[in-house]
Amino acid sequence: MSSEHKAYLKKLKRDKLLVKIVQILIITVILFTWQLAADKGWINTFISSSPKNIIKTIIKLYKDGSLFHHIWITFYEVIISFLLGTSLGLIIATILWRFSFLFKVVDPYLTILNSMPKVSLGPIIIIIAGASTKSIIIMALFISVIITIIDMHQAFKETNKNKIRLLKSFKASPSQIFFKLILPNNFNNLINTFKVNIGLVFIGVIMGEFLVSKAGVGYLIMYGSQVFNLNLVMTGIILLAIMASLMYYMIIFIDKKLKK
Amino acid sequence: MDILKVKNLKKIYHTEKNEFLAVDNFSFNLKKGEFVAIVGPSGCGKSTILSILCGLDNPSSGEIKYDKTLKFGYMLQGDNLFEWRTIYKNCLLGLEIQNNLENKNYVNKLLKTYGLWEFKDTHPSHLSGGMRQRVSLIRTLATKPDILFLDEPFSALDYQTRLAVSDDVYKIIKKEGKSAIMVTHDISEAISMADKVIVLSNRPSTIKHIYDINLENKTTPIENRKDKNFAYYYDLIWKDIDYHV
Repeated sequence: MSSEHKAYLKKLKRDKLLVKIVQILIITVILFTWQLAADKGWINTFISSSPKNIIKTIIKLYKDGSLFHHIWITFYEVIISFLLGTSLGLIIATILWRFSFLFKVVDPYLTILNSMPKVSLGPIIIIIAGASTKSIIIMALFISVIITIIDMHQAFKETNKNKIRLLKSFKASPSQIFFKLILPNNFNNLINTFKVNIGLVFIGVIMGEFLVSKAGVGYLIMYGSQVFNLNLVMTGIILLAIMASLMYYMIIFIDKKLKK
Repeated sequence: MDILKVKNLKKIYHTEKNEFLAVDNFSFNLKKGEFVAIVGPSGCGKSTILSILCGLDNPSSGEIKYDKTLKFGYMLQGDNLFEWRTIYKNCLLGLEIQNNLENKNYVNKLLKTYGLWEFKDTHPSHLSGGMRQRVSLIRTLATKPDILFLDEPFSALDYQTRLAVSDDVYKIIKKEGKSAIMVTHDISEAISMADKVIVLSNRPSTIKHIYDINLENKTTPIENRKDKNFAYYYDLIWKDIDYHV
């Protein structure tokens, strides 16, 4: 290895380290200032809470055994709606790709459903499905399924026409074309849809928990705001941030596993 | 012996505003083991004829007669290799679709003969343009077609590679004893490879002339280009095609 290359590698390493240091510095400064302001009475901790109070609240929730219960409920709802929404969307997109007549018929309805704020369906869903977890899952599913159908169908349709011709020259059936070409060709689009969906489903679940719930992180936030316990609200938000990043890394992990 | 008989082929394309005649009155016969090239000005409907002949598209009228047990192989513009499959898996694509993986040995033999065996487990992105084109030919040959349809198979390659690969492909086709129909806009490529050249007119495509190429000493495409009669045919065909700049 030449000395120039060594220097280059060293610089690369140093740059990477510097980015990490600055990132950690930012969050430390924010937390420190927040706590300092609370201690000195510059801000009203009743409204803005403080890092120490949040930690105390987490410990309290952990001690009475409800911390992981709430996290688990929300996590469970997210995973179920994610799996349902993504697979249902994928199946419908496949059917629409196969039968273009059907797509032409439902196209305007999909567009309307997609641009409509799905939360407005909340009251109807609750009346039909009852004030239960079912309603929350249906809501989250609704939010993710429409966009999955639209995005995946678009991606399927844009598959290289010549490659389809090639398969047809071998007398391939539509299902062979789908599994040998369309699906593997759109692997990256599929992963992107996963990433978008996990975010959308999360929004749907929290919205659902705001409307009807007896447990879950969304419930904690809602309950906290109703009894004016801002420590609880802030704790809920912090928990959501942690869960969101965990789920994001889960998708990245699945992506890497599948690509091998 | 004629293995493919085409009579009065006609193709009309329809759009909402109008219809236009793409191909009219196209007839010819293909003999076993024969290499036929179809040349014509760009956009004249050469590719349309080819996809009709190999059954990917339907003619508006006319008939195509051949023994239904004959198998067709189609090679498109560009190699269309699947980037997520290895070279070997790409070659097996047609066999997988036809559920006929016994022909694997034939693919192994082709890969070894044509210098791609050591690359069989790599992905297409590691190969040069010429090698990719050879893979694409092996993929087509794997299903043991009797007639090969080649649609501007070398148009994506640079000039030197194009000469070398057309030499390669020609030798492979002749060695495997296949009949072939090739569409090209390159006159010298057509003369250097084909036994027969069909010259098409501007749209609607009709046959202007069919030339039997009689070279003094017919060998490989690159050598054929040096033949005494090469320039003679080039001149004839050039005058036939209405090139307007």
